[in-house]
Amino acid sequence: MADKVIVKDLRKSFGENEVLKSISTTVKEGEVLCIIGPSGSGKSTFLRCLNRLEEISGGQVIVDGYDITDPKVDINKVRENIGMVFQHFNLFPHKTVKQNITLAPVELKKMTKEEADVLAMQLLERVGLADKADAYPSQLSGGQKQRVAIARSLAMKPNIMLFDEPTSALDPEMVGEVLNVMKELAKDGMTMVVVTHEMGFAREVSDRVIFMDGGYIVEEGNPQELINHPKEKRTIDFLNQVL
Amino acid sequence: MSDFISNIGKYLPLFFTAFTVTISLALISLVLATVVGILVGLINTTKSKNIFMKLLRGLANIYIEIIRGTPMLVQILFFCFGVPAALRPITGFTWASVGGMFTAGIVVLTLNAGAYMAEIVRAGIESVDSGQVEAARSLGLPYGKTMTKVILPQAIRTMLPSIINQFIITIKDTSLLSAVGVAELTNNAKTISSMWSSQTLLLYAFTGLFYFVICFTLSRVARLLEKRMSYGR
Repeated sequence: MADKVIVKDLRKSFGENEVLKSISTTVKEGEVLCIIGPSGSGKSTFLRCLNRLEEISGGQVIVDGYDITDPKVDINKVRENIGMVFQHFNLFPHKTVKQNITLAPVELKKMTKEEADVLAMQLLERVGLADKADAYPSQLSGGQKQRVAIARSLAMKPNIMLFDEPTSALDPEMVGEVLNVMKELAKDGMTMVVVTHEMGFAREVSDRVIFMDGGYIVEEGNPQELINHPKEKRTIDFLNQVL
Repeated sequence: MSDFISNIGKYLPLFFTAFTVTISLALISLVLATVVGILVGLINTTKSKNIFMKLLRGLANIYIEIIRGTPMLVQILFFCFGVPAALRPITGFTWASVGGMFTAGIVVLTLNAGAYMAEIVRAGIESVDSGQVEAARSLGLPYGKTMTKVILPQAIRTMLPSIINQFIITIKDTSLLSAVGVAELTNNAKTISSMWSSQTLLLYAFTGLFYFVICFTLSRVARLLEKRMSYGR
């Protein structure tokens, strides 16, 4: 399997505050990587460096063969192939569900309005929300919003999906519906990097888990191993807290 | 009163000519001020660390602070009399050569309203959640499309009441141009009242009525627009 994401010695500082201190890892095509760790450990920042939503302070990040740390790279082109799902959904409130999905593909001339409409309905079907096509985001529940957000990302036909705590802002009874959509994606072979607190999802769906703390990768490995038999003390402490 | 009503008719053509001058001043300068406001407002919301952008932001701030910190009347006198007085010896520039005080008035009104509009635009853009920019950019939309398709349509909702308010202020501010002899409504009222001094009170009330009708209509239209734009909330 080809390497989809290569991260070498990635560093990120906010002013004096160094939040990522030399992160290196590789994500293979079709791999589902979960990143766990306490808040403030740098896991969200790490994820946001993968599509350069955060300016990268040092090191190298290669996504899909593009070195996104190179200032000459057309970051918008690279981002078209990297879907991102946020904790707070960030749907466009002035657009209907369908318009949320079709906006980017049509504006970026990936497809005509008609093609985008057809694709939007297929995607809504897939996330179980075809009946909400003409609703506005404010009329949806949290779980529904997040499923629309996933559909919106998929409309760009990305080959990598980034998830930044996609279920953390949801009421408990809505977590399942979002995780199910993500499981389907994983099953279809999507390359996914997921920052999450859902240990069950990490254990069941992911191919590999990274535990981050203090801006470092403390431990990584296959999910059964890492979650059931962690080796590092910090990992053990963290898992004792959350499990 | 009856004297006023029976004789105002012969002055009406003068009032309507002056009214068109006031309206033209307001319309042209508000269109230009909106453009200036959006440009300067956008410049002020960029966070680019590029030296050129930093310089541009600095200039934008100086512009806004100078306009906000000085009276409109002083700005009018500065541009209408001060600028040509300084330029004429060097370049031969006079306002008369570019359309007279009407043009000068448009320049001052545009610069003045533009500065306030820039602040309205900046505040409107900053009121939109930063997650909106992140979502749009992560889909691959470039900065320009992110602004025009995602951020500005949302910002306009919060900006609209302030924008209409600024329109109303600028429409009324055109009356200050009577101080430099632009033949707009207020100047017209001064001229007529000097010929018909027994009706000074009613003449100025009548003049005020013109402004009131425009401004009142505008604020009603704004209410309607706000309602129309509240979809998806």
